[in-house]
Amino acid sequence: MSSKVTVEDVERVAELAHLKLKPEETAGMLRDLNAILDYVAELNELDTSGVAPLAQVGELLDANGRGVVRADVQQPSLDRAEVLSQAPETDNIFFKVPKVIER
Amino acid sequence: MSSESYVEQPQTLAGLRAGIAAGTTRATDLASSYYERIEKINPRLNVYLSLPKERALEQAARVDAAAAKGDPLGPLAGIPVGIKDVLVVKGAPATAGSKILQGYRPPYDATAVQRLEAAGAVLLGKINCDEFAMGSSNENSAYGPVRNPVDTDRVPGGSSGGSAAAVAANLAVATLGSDTGGSIRQPASFCGVVGVLPTYGRVSRYGLIAFASSLDRVGPFAANVRDAATLLGVIAGHDPKDATSSPAPVPDYAAESDKGAQGLRIGVPAEYFAEGLDPEVRAAIEKGIAALQAAGCTVQPVSLPNTKYAVPVYYLIATAEASANLARFDGVRYGHRSADSATLSAMYSHSRDEGFGAEVKRRILLGTYALSAGYYDAYYGKAQQVRRLLAEEFLRAFAQVDAIVTPTAPTPAFKLGEKTGDPLAMYLADIYTVTASLSGICGVTVPCGTTNAGLPVGMQVLAAHLNESTAFRVARAVEAADL
Repeated sequence: MSSKVTVEDVERVAELAHLKLKPEETAGMLRDLNAILDYVAELNELDTSGVAPLAQVGELLDANGRGVVRADVQQPSLDRAEVLSQAPETDNIFFKVPKVIER
Repeated sequence: MSSESYVEQPQTLAGLRAGIAAGTTRATDLASSYYERIEKINPRLNVYLSLPKERALEQAARVDAAAAKGDPLGPLAGIPVGIKDVLVVKGAPATAGSKILQGYRPPYDATAVQRLEAAGAVLLGKINCDEFAMGSSNENSAYGPVRNPVDTDRVPGGSSGGSAAAVAANLAVATLGSDTGGSIRQPASFCGVVGVLPTYGRVSRYGLIAFASSLDRVGPFAANVRDAATLLGVIAGHDPKDATSSPAPVPDYAAESDKGAQGLRIGVPAEYFAEGLDPEVRAAIEKGIAALQAAGCTVQPVSLPNTKYAVPVYYLIATAEASANLARFDGVRYGHRSADSATLSAMYSHSRDEGFGAEVKRRILLGTYALSAGYYDAYYGKAQQVRRLLAEEFLRAFAQVDAIVTPTAPTPAFKLGEKTGDPLAMYLADIYTVTASLSGICGVTVPCGTTNAGLPVGMQVLAAHLNESTAFRVARAVEAADL
């Protein structure tokens, strides 16, 4: 958990996150990520064997507080024209994007 | 420019509403007077990002017409409110403090916004915040920092810094904010106002631009506890559009807050009074605790030994969830698309690079790293395990006490620029607030005196899940002591 992050790691993670970093940004992120990961490494002090992960606090609440699932009924959605009016490019039916496959 | 103060106490919600019902105050005049004050003061504080006046004045006119006819009025009839710019208002710009959403006008209302308006509130405008609610000082907004109305050289806190500053400077009677790791409570403390962290699921997240979905909450700011309780009563309650929203009935929080704090058992955790706590903040909180004793509360120590692990757990979980949530900002459906978009993948990465600020990128990278193959168990999995330990610790404590009181933040408001170069130092400003965020419990920040320099100190009053009423009763007692 305390292995140092490298420039290659930052570049790999940036690619996974679809972030194009400038070289000077990469250097800053490298420094910050290492500082933050050093800090969070103190979690290793705690023995958590046998502790179930908690992803959502809903399960801690009593029966009163538990979430409910709504009925699976078809309902009107947002107006297509209103939604598409906010998009950078459309053909009035679909969102348009640049070509996916290069020839 | 030298430091200035713009603090002004708004009239109480009950007083204003009574005037509107009696016809002695017109909602349209009230809204116009707020717009005049905003025009004068906003350039100095940078609180409002947009002012949808037409919609506000139409709503005010509806309230006036109803009042004139003697029709029943909602609990917030004619009350001018502001909305943090992470909640969507149909047709009004929604930026989330980010360049990537510049120009976006959402086609729907957030549930909390819709409920405020249905109760008669007048939505003055959208309020500045840290980009995607990521920050503790409001300095991460792409639209410039908000300044603290108490002292304009200082930050208002974050990420709902604008929402706290708006109430402190009387640029709204009340506001909505969001709290993921302390983003309502910490700015309330820095600006000397009341801020409420409702129980996770108490207020619908529908229409809240997501940061970390298992932590995000919507909550109110007001100048006094009773007004904040009234607002929570309006926005709380089950919403079929948010699967995590609680179906538990909503009490009359304002009436509950009138019940007094006599006989309540108050826990004080030593872990929140350890190294790093400013001595003046400590002294103010100790006075607040003495005031609670004088009001008939019993005070006893409680133990929350894993507190020191909360900031690491929080920053792993919040960034992991953020890295997933913010994947939707890709230049396809809304917001910024890079001109440099020859291919789909170039469009994604260039749009995101140009649109996101440094802190957002930092958190997306950290979250992506923590979730990536080979690191998931060591970081994200471990953090989720410790999250359970933290939550269980609170459940045990609330078997012994009705409420827990702590400082909201280790220091009063710091100066602009003081922590911007050191992300880790900024994260530590959240050290007393992230525990409640991770555990899902509720809390209220209430003003609890000032430092010698006149900077506000906030007390954090925490209560068990869905026990907001108790937190309000304790906060009322601290408020009544007028420290």
